Amino acid sequence: MSVTFSEAESRRLVAEHGVAVSSFVTGESTAAILAAMAADESLRYPVVAKLCGRRIAHKSERGLVRLGIDDQQSLRTHCDDLLAAAEPGDGDVELLVTSMARGNRELIAGLHNDPQFGLVVMLGVGGVFAEVFQDVTFRLAPITETEAEEMIGDLSAQALLGEFRGEPALHRQGLIDLLLALCEVGAAHREVASVDLNPLILVDGRPLAVDALVEVTQ
Amino acid sequence: MTRDLTALFDPQGIIVTGVSSHPGKFGFVALHNLLTAGYRGEIFAVGREAGEVLDRPVFGTIDDIPEGAADLLFICTPAAVNEQLLRAAAAKGVRAAFVAAGGYREADTDGVAAEQSLIATAGELGMLLAGPNGQGVVSTPSAMCAQIVAPYAPRGNLSLVSQSGNIVSSWLNLSNHTGVGVARSVSAGNAAQLGVIDYLEWFAEDPETKVSLAYIETIQDGRSTFERLRAISTRKPIVVVKGGASAAGARAAASHTGALASNDAIFDGMCRQAGVIRAPDPEQAFETAATLATQPLPKGNRVVVVTSAGGWGVAAVDAMARTGLDPIPLPGDLEAAIDDLLPPRWSRSNPIDTVGAETRDTLPRILELVAGHRDVDAVVLLGIGILSNTAAMMRRGQFYPDHGLERIVNFRERQDARYVQAAADIAERTGTPVLVATELADTSPETPGPATMRAAGNLCHTSAGRAIRSLDQLVRHARWRSARNS
Repeated sequence: MSVTFSEAESRRLVAEHGVAVSSFVTGESTAAILAAMAADESLRYPVVAKLCGRRIAHKSERGLVRLGIDDQQSLRTHCDDLLAAAEPGDGDVELLVTSMARGNRELIAGLHNDPQFGLVVMLGVGGVFAEVFQDVTFRLAPITETEAEEMIGDLSAQALLGEFRGEPALHRQGLIDLLLALCEVGAAHREVASVDLNPLILVDGRPLAVDALVEVTQ
Repeated sequence: MTRDLTALFDPQGIIVTGVSSHPGKFGFVALHNLLTAGYRGEIFAVGREAGEVLDRPVFGTIDDIPEGAADLLFICTPAAVNEQLLRAAAAKGVRAAFVAAGGYREADTDGVAAEQSLIATAGELGMLLAGPNGQGVVSTPSAMCAQIVAPYAPRGNLSLVSQSGNIVSSWLNLSNHTGVGVARSVSAGNAAQLGVIDYLEWFAEDPETKVSLAYIETIQDGRSTFERLRAISTRKPIVVVKGGASAAGARAAASHTGALASNDAIFDGMCRQAGVIRAPDPEQAFETAATLATQPLPKGNRVVVVTSAGGWGVAAVDAMARTGLDPIPLPGDLEAAIDDLLPPRWSRSNPIDTVGAETRDTLPRILELVAGHRDVDAVVLLGIGILSNTAAMMRRGQFYPDHGLERIVNFRERQDARYVQAAADIAERTGTPVLVATELADTSPETPGPATMRAAGNLCHTSAGRAIRSLDQLVRHARWRSARNS
């Protein structure tokens, strides 16, 4: 039997092992969010607000992701609105506010428990066409630094990893560290069935997870 | 730990069971192939009817065979009697059995039980067991063709293992066609006891083997297979073809990563991680393995093309665009050195187009300069055959041997042979691969270029594109190797 962690729980778990996630605060009420925002200098507007919980699988489809919130007044409105959108079947929910990561390039990374090979780590090109191009590569976890580097080299879309539309080239060491940290999550928590970091936005060339989903087997 | 398969591949003597006078029976064919290939050990035929087959005495029972004279049992008899044969053979000192006979797991549920019982008996007797339901084993150092099918193969340093017998046959056919020889070859059959990885592990320790080639359909234990393949790869290159790669694997659709994680994508990643060279089909796998077996490993991806005419070189450079190979600009000192050998109209760039201006030793000299240059990691030689193709038409025409034709024909044929021999010698001397490609290897394999290469056991690629494809695999493997040695 498997359980999917909420985005907030998932973020905390992967961040604990060094995966770079966009800075975020959580709270059960609008007031708690605003207080947390005030206390956290790393979070600047514009921000994204989401309603998350273990039973909420498709946030976007249900309109539970609000992008481009520019000021406190607007954030307050969205938070109230999100809390009001919770349905009885959603169980425990909380608000999550995160900075709006800016970058034109999206990657995807994750862990997956394969019946034949056990835990494998994946890196791929993300974004809306991810499943069309299937530009992905796998390794059996854990991996070495050399193997992480080779995974980056496996991607067909190398042009995406150089300088791109005024953005600097991919910070390779940043992505290597992220892949190694991802494997740490798997090694430290044997119950992990899968991890999805989707998307990983390249912000000034550095990969930053702006969503995380961890599934564990109980 | 690696299992010692010497008794299977280099037995001192072989017992063949199921031998009858009917030339269509497996036992007869196995005996015939062993005798015809000139197996260097002693052969004992065992059959129901005592007498003679192929001028050899047929023993009615293994009990009559001298003790210690054979260490391989080649089984062509039905499942029901084979356990008894294993026991009788073990009593005579036999240490390995190849079970060509079918009627086991592949047949029905009774076969599954028979197979389990067979391996239990082999285990109890401490015997190696290959098969069942395999087509045989070839080992050229022992001149052994213990197979219920053809062909045998020329001697070389490529070793083959397959979960499907007919793929082995294809590779042995390609070995005969190209001249790139084989050391060991085995059809793993149902792989009841010895699996593909067991063979590969032994090949890695076998001094006769330089490169292994494997066809795999199913993997038992993914993690352990990965660890073992990686350990083998660090010693010797393995080229693998995976059968059933396109079958949509079971997908764990719960997560996005899971949805993208087809069995094939994970197998592919495992190969890259283990240093296993994966080929998309058996033909490309053979070409890549044959290239590895006959060329030094390149140190990097910088390639120079040498050709006697323009178009071939351009096509070769185009083919590199789809690979990780780099057709580098010609280094200045190299250009200057070649300038001394060719008239001013030569290309002065990569590809080096000699514009047909070469005299007797020009091309070998150019190859030597290019392959020996510190900034060049690999050379591709094109254009072999122009000379002897023209010569062949002159030889067949009505004016031969008059009008000075005999002399020029002989010269041109000698030149092609000299060029390809120079390519092989220079590759060996410089440690830089020099690949030769011409479609004549397919269309007119008897012409002196391809024929000389085949006779020497060197691969003549049938097109520039195919040479480039194999070279790309070599470069990738060399990179994997060097990333782990530094």
